[in-house]
Amino acid sequence: MRIVIIDDSGLRATVLEEGLREAGYDDIHIVPPRGGFVARLERMAPDVVLMDLGSPSRDTLEEMLSVSRALARPIAMFVDQSDESMIGAAIDAGVSAYVVDGLRKERVKPVLELAVRRFNAFAKIQSELDEARTQLSDRKIIDRAKSILMSQRGLNEPDAYALLRSSAMNQGKKIVDVAQALITASDLLGGGL
Amino acid sequence: MTTALRIAFLPLTDAAVLAVAREKGFAEEEGLALDLVRTVSWATLRDRLIFGQVQAAHMLAPLAVAVTLGLSQQAAPLSAPYKLNVNGNMLVMASEFAQALDPDVIARLDDPLGTAHDFAAAIGLWKRKPVIGVVHRFSSHAIMLRYWLASAGVDPDRDVMLRVVPPSLTVEAMRAGEIDGFIAGEPWGSAAVDAGLAEAVAVGERIWRRGVEKVLAFRTPWLEENPDSVDRLIRALVRAAAWCDDAANHEALSHLLSNPRYVDQPADVILRALSGRIVARGDMAPLHMPDFMLFSREATPFPWRSQALWIYSQLVRWKMVEHNAENAARAGSVFRPDIFRRALAESDVPLPGASMKLEGAVGSPLAVGSKRGELTLGPDRFFDGRVFDPERIEDFLASF
Repeated sequence: MRIVIIDDSGLRATVLEEGLREAGYDDIHIVPPRGGFVARLERMAPDVVLMDLGSPSRDTLEEMLSVSRALARPIAMFVDQSDESMIGAAIDAGVSAYVVDGLRKERVKPVLELAVRRFNAFAKIQSELDEARTQLSDRKIIDRAKSILMSQRGLNEPDAYALLRSSAMNQGKKIVDVAQALITASDLLGGGL
Repeated sequence: MTTALRIAFLPLTDAAVLAVAREKGFAEEEGLALDLVRTVSWATLRDRLIFGQVQAAHMLAPLAVAVTLGLSQQAAPLSAPYKLNVNGNMLVMASEFAQALDPDVIARLDDPLGTAHDFAAAIGLWKRKPVIGVVHRFSSHAIMLRYWLASAGVDPDRDVMLRVVPPSLTVEAMRAGEIDGFIAGEPWGSAAVDAGLAEAVAVGERIWRRGVEKVLAFRTPWLEENPDSVDRLIRALVRAAAWCDDAANHEALSHLLSNPRYVDQPADVILRALSGRIVARGDMAPLHMPDFMLFSREATPFPWRSQALWIYSQLVRWKMVEHNAENAARAGSVFRPDIFRRALAESDVPLPGASMKLEGAVGSPLAVGSKRGELTLGPDRFFDGRVFDPERIEDFLASF
């Protein structure tokens, strides 16, 4: 079974490809949805095409599938109407699958299920990365607010942090929000920091 | 009690009414909490709607007809009780190609028939078969482009290459030389003009003065089972649309839409379609086109069944569907004026008395029969002067 993964994100495609290889599929190709990707895809004559639901190029792919004369057998979107939870899981994970005419449902389902699991795993890694990045920038904001307090109020660093923390608790806000408000106010008042 | 509704949309200026219904409190006043789901392809918007991830969608009117007729990857009966806008498209071509057309851009846009013939001649002079981007096979833009090209004897399936390019990638595709021009909803035409990659060749509003564009689409069974939510949503949208049409709000609306949660393009570029001040070529002053994109006035949201049938006639014309009485009935039933009337029965919004009309027959503003109040229809002519009689589809098709 020849599987083509159309994906912009190199990392996600790799994560998916690895999973498929581990499961014993070995005819796998990754095609980024750029330029003449449709012509490349036609030449590959895939049995299954997996694509990120969030890619704007899905419309381009579907147009090719509806007009291509090069494809020996028509390819259509795979949806198992008898399995509503499967459809929901695929959409939630952001996976769409297209399969050639005549490919049996039982052969496609494990591929799609694996893709859903791998897409979800990738999304989790991604959100952990985003979180780490946010934490980093939060810390920068708090550091800046601290230094404003230290210079304007003559506090030392632990006291500046304690003041931020107690104001945040009193206002029921996050420390970073209080810190941001302080920086904005300081900028407006020409605090020069 | 508040009802939560999820609605999918594409980042386009004509999603404005949905954004305003949410952000300016019109939905809330009707007891609705709207969750607007930004989506980047029509295929994914379609899937989200059909498989119940959202209850409604900002959809290309021809796509709603095509999905109902089973022409798209997934088939499902859809209903459109509300039109989100009319007009708002622009065909832009690389300046090198446009050189072969009338160099007077104002004259070019004012005379779509002459320009179509110039375009036909320019095809032969171009270095290859011109590649024109369209956002979807079943888009209002693609259908309008086909209609316009064919008026000058151009066969859109043979003489040019229509390539599907998602709206958000059109400018990039121009830059990479993958396409020679494209037709898309705003702000993408303006964005390409601004980037110095293209100039306006035709404006949707000059091809069909009141061209059907996006509709609010529901799955028909859901629409039937949730009349209260549907009615409240329509009432909220009618008021949001009036807000969108008010010139006093255009500036604020352009800023709202420029937010990354909506269109994520510069406010000044978005403003052009809203205020009808179109920059047709980078070095020109804006041209005033007050009907460039409409949301509310002249009963814009009213889903005339004759308009669904006009779309159907074009799908038949381009051999995308076979004409028979059953298909025509299914296509016509996608537009739901009955639901629109039901939702607004207690309001003071003037409602057309009829559900069908001749399309392309109004040359200048016309007062028409309405349930209450005054209702004026704006000019709805096609540039070639044809009139579509929804009762006589075969005659219309035979005229091409």
